Amino acid sequence: MSRNWTVKGAAVLGGTPRDLHLRDGLIVEEAAPDATVIDASGLIALPGLVDLHTHLREPGREDAETVLTGTRAAAAGGFTAVHAMANTDPVADTAGVVEQVWRLGREAGYCDVQPVGAVTVGIAGERLAELGAMADSAARVRVFSDDGHCVSDAALMRRALEYVKAFGGVVAQHAQEPRLTEGAQMNEGELSDVLGLRGWPAVAEEAIIARDVLLAAHTGSRLHVCHLSTAGSVELVRWAKSKGYPVTAEVTPHHLLLTEDLVRGYDPVYKVNPPLRTKEDVEAVRAGLADGTIDVVATDHAPHPVEAKDCEWAVAAMGMLGLETALSVVQQTMVETGLLDWTGVADRMSVAAARIGSLEGHGRPLEPGEPANLTLLDPAARRLIEPGSLHSRSRNTPFAGLELPGAVHATFLRGTATVLDGKVVER
Amino acid sequence: MRAVLDAAAVQRALTRIAHEILERTQGADDAVLLGIPTRGAHLAVRLARQIAAVEGRSLPHGTLDVTMYRDDLRLKPARALGRTEIPAGGVDGKLVVLVDDVLFSGRTIRAALDALGDLGRPRAVQLAVLVDRGHRELPIRADYVGKNLPTAQRETVQVRLAETDGEDAVLLGSKADHTREGAR
Amino acid sequence: MTHRSHLLSTADLSADDATLILDTAAELARLADRPIKKLPTLRGRTVVNLFYEDSTRTRISFETAAKRLSADVINFSAKGSSVSKGESLKDTALTLEAMGADAVVVRHWASGGPHRLAHAGWIRSAVVNAGDGTHEHPTQALLDAYTLRSRLGGLEGRRVTIVGDVLHSRVARSNVRLLATLGAEVTLVAPPTLMPFGVEGWPCSTSYELDPVLPKSDAVMMLRVQRERMDQAFFPTEREYSRRYGLHADRMALLPEHSVVMHPGPMNRGLEISAEVADSARSTITEQVANGVSVRMAVLYLLLGGSEPAIGTEDEGERR
Repeated sequence: MSRNWTVKGAAVLGGTPRDLHLRDGLIVEEAAPDATVIDASGLIALPGLVDLHTHLREPGREDAETVLTGTRAAAAGGFTAVHAMANTDPVADTAGVVEQVWRLGREAGYCDVQPVGAVTVGIAGERLAELGAMADSAARVRVFSDDGHCVSDAALMRRALEYVKAFGGVVAQHAQEPRLTEGAQMNEGELSDVLGLRGWPAVAEEAIIARDVLLAAHTGSRLHVCHLSTAGSVELVRWAKSKGYPVTAEVTPHHLLLTEDLVRGYDPVYKVNPPLRTKEDVEAVRAGLADGTIDVVATDHAPHPVEAKDCEWAVAAMGMLGLETALSVVQQTMVETGLLDWTGVADRMSVAAARIGSLEGHGRPLEPGEPANLTLLDPAARRLIEPGSLHSRSRNTPFAGLELPGAVHATFLRGTATVLDGKVVER
Repeated sequence: MRAVLDAAAVQRALTRIAHEILERTQGADDAVLLGIPTRGAHLAVRLARQIAAVEGRSLPHGTLDVTMYRDDLRLKPARALGRTEIPAGGVDGKLVVLVDDVLFSGRTIRAALDALGDLGRPRAVQLAVLVDRGHRELPIRADYVGKNLPTAQRETVQVRLAETDGEDAVLLGSKADHTREGAR
Repeated sequence: MTHRSHLLSTADLSADDATLILDTAAELARLADRPIKKLPTLRGRTVVNLFYEDSTRTRISFETAAKRLSADVINFSAKGSSVSKGESLKDTALTLEAMGADAVVVRHWASGGPHRLAHAGWIRSAVVNAGDGTHEHPTQALLDAYTLRSRLGGLEGRRVTIVGDVLHSRVARSNVRLLATLGAEVTLVAPPTLMPFGVEGWPCSTSYELDPVLPKSDAVMMLRVQRERMDQAFFPTEREYSRRYGLHADRMALLPEHSVVMHPGPMNRGLEISAEVADSARSTITEQVANGVSVRMAVLYLLLGGSEPAIGTEDEGERR
């Protein structure tokens, strides 16, 4: 049930301020007579953000997050759609599970939940899951990923790429050669030696990407590279695109800002897969995002319960929260450094993601006739990130204690306000 | 700070103590001198030499560090240890003469007695000090005193020896003059 | 509240700190010759040995050290490995805090375990790292330095060669740092597979061959090689490892007259070191054990004996 709104004086995609009229879930030419007015002077209007990579943890790990709490966090972060990864318990490898997740999202109503289907049964990497059934289900799965694990078997990856062509699907690969990263804890380098933590070498990511872009070309099928983290990976994707290969790539907000130095204190809040890398890698992925080699920012929002992080490094779970801080981190690392303007942000955080995920109704221009999915951002605000005030059920944010720029003022999902005045609207 | 003993006076005091030790122990047959580091150790060496010069035979001497036995350990940062060297004959059944530069509260000597107790069982323990400045906090007294120097609590007494400070002297001053005086 | 500090890594020790520990240990070593091998200094303090990895020798060494300083000792053999999860480190820490531990000596299979214990804000005790994963073993390095200093008469300019599985060795890491801090020249010898990735940045030289390095060594430290490494393709066979990197009698003959042979123990007799070498006059292996007690006494005294510790890292308090 949407209400009618008039957003007055918002800088649409950072451009000249104008008015946006929302009526019955669409953007329209003229205001509805009963429209509520929102003074958006000083605010930036972006198409509702789309996340290609989120972990909602339900079913199975509801102690960390549920579809309800996760989508509230998403709305707070300015998202109107998220792709929910398949490594739940049970794994989302059948029509039944993906439809369950899809339905939970609709019931919660805070943002659209587009389930991702697993590539292999149980994400065990042995045989293909029923990709077609998932594609045909009510959830209309188009993105398939074993994220958490790599589809390391070359033959299996080839078959998966070929098979999804039948329904315009895309295989999103978590690039990590398992044999090179057994027991790995952090980026391999001088620091991992000093700290006595087993290293996760860049080559383990790059070798898989190199293989997969060639397979994508060979099969003529779309490959999407998840959470790309090294300078070498950026170069490989750039080369593949220069050859016209059907490859897209994503980077996480934390890989745009944080480096491996944070691991020195052995605080597991900085433990993530792929690991935090070097300053050179951070610069390379920023440049890659700026020039379009990397198509999207995807959060890889990975909630974990407190006890999974309040322990020794080796025993701690890997993963960081991301939904509620993504836009701020992108503003700090890309907009404030002059690498990307707001049109670019709209592209990397909404338009491109919707295109890669074949998600209708999202990432659309903010023009009359389009669905009213939009985000209003106050770029001048600054906020101190406090784990306790996040909407996620978990607290594992690596940005705790940092002051980040920008705050989401409002989020609209097909004209319904999910966030108003910076606060999540209760449903 | 002003000098209350100059180099000559220090030397005379030590000579007198050496003779007193010989007299009261009837020749110091079973005596062992143990100096408390840092300056007490040097004084013990000097006394041993003086006694040797008079008697013609050397007197066993060594050092006894009391850091680990102090009762004020937890009031100050952990201190570096001094050397403890007990002469070959040990202390069992001997007359141990502890040697220190200044006797003040008596706590250092109390610690020394405890330390000595863990090393063996002397037949008797005596104490020789260059300066006794009063203000005892424990029932401890010196058997041989170079100089009795009544002082106020807030005054400081600084002993300088050629081996450590380049000259022999005993100086008296106020707390502002000298920061290193610990409770003795 | 007394100001707590920790000994987590040799990186925390300046040359002065390390020298203070060695000098203090030298004084405390004399205790072993006395009838009463006890000092009252830590009377009333409680030292807890929290061992997540079996190590009878190290635990006994710390226990002896604490008891000689009159401290009360509690031994906690904790379960909890990556395989069998027992009580969490945090819960164990809270229990120790409730018991009033003044110092926790912790050996952990996870690198950074003692670090977490010291800085997570769970306990107020001083933390002494008795070996964590493949990261550090500071008291081992200190007792090795002590042993070398007494056998060689000093450390400045001495050439120390460390041989073996450097990649997985916390003893090697701690020793390289500490010996460099104290002015010694260190050379690491290992097959390329067992050299750390970033070793060019370490304060030492490296060599893939042992024979050319031996004639220039004042001391050789042999590291234990685990047979499991063979299955992980770090070296092909025991025979090849022993032939190329083992210290046997003929290799020992290449050493200068005065050189000593060290081993942190336990040894694989016949693999990295032959029985003949281990039992020779050059070997310091048994002294290292005795020196361990003196060095650990010095560490406990300097951390706990005063109102403030004389060495170690500052407690960062409730840091995230």
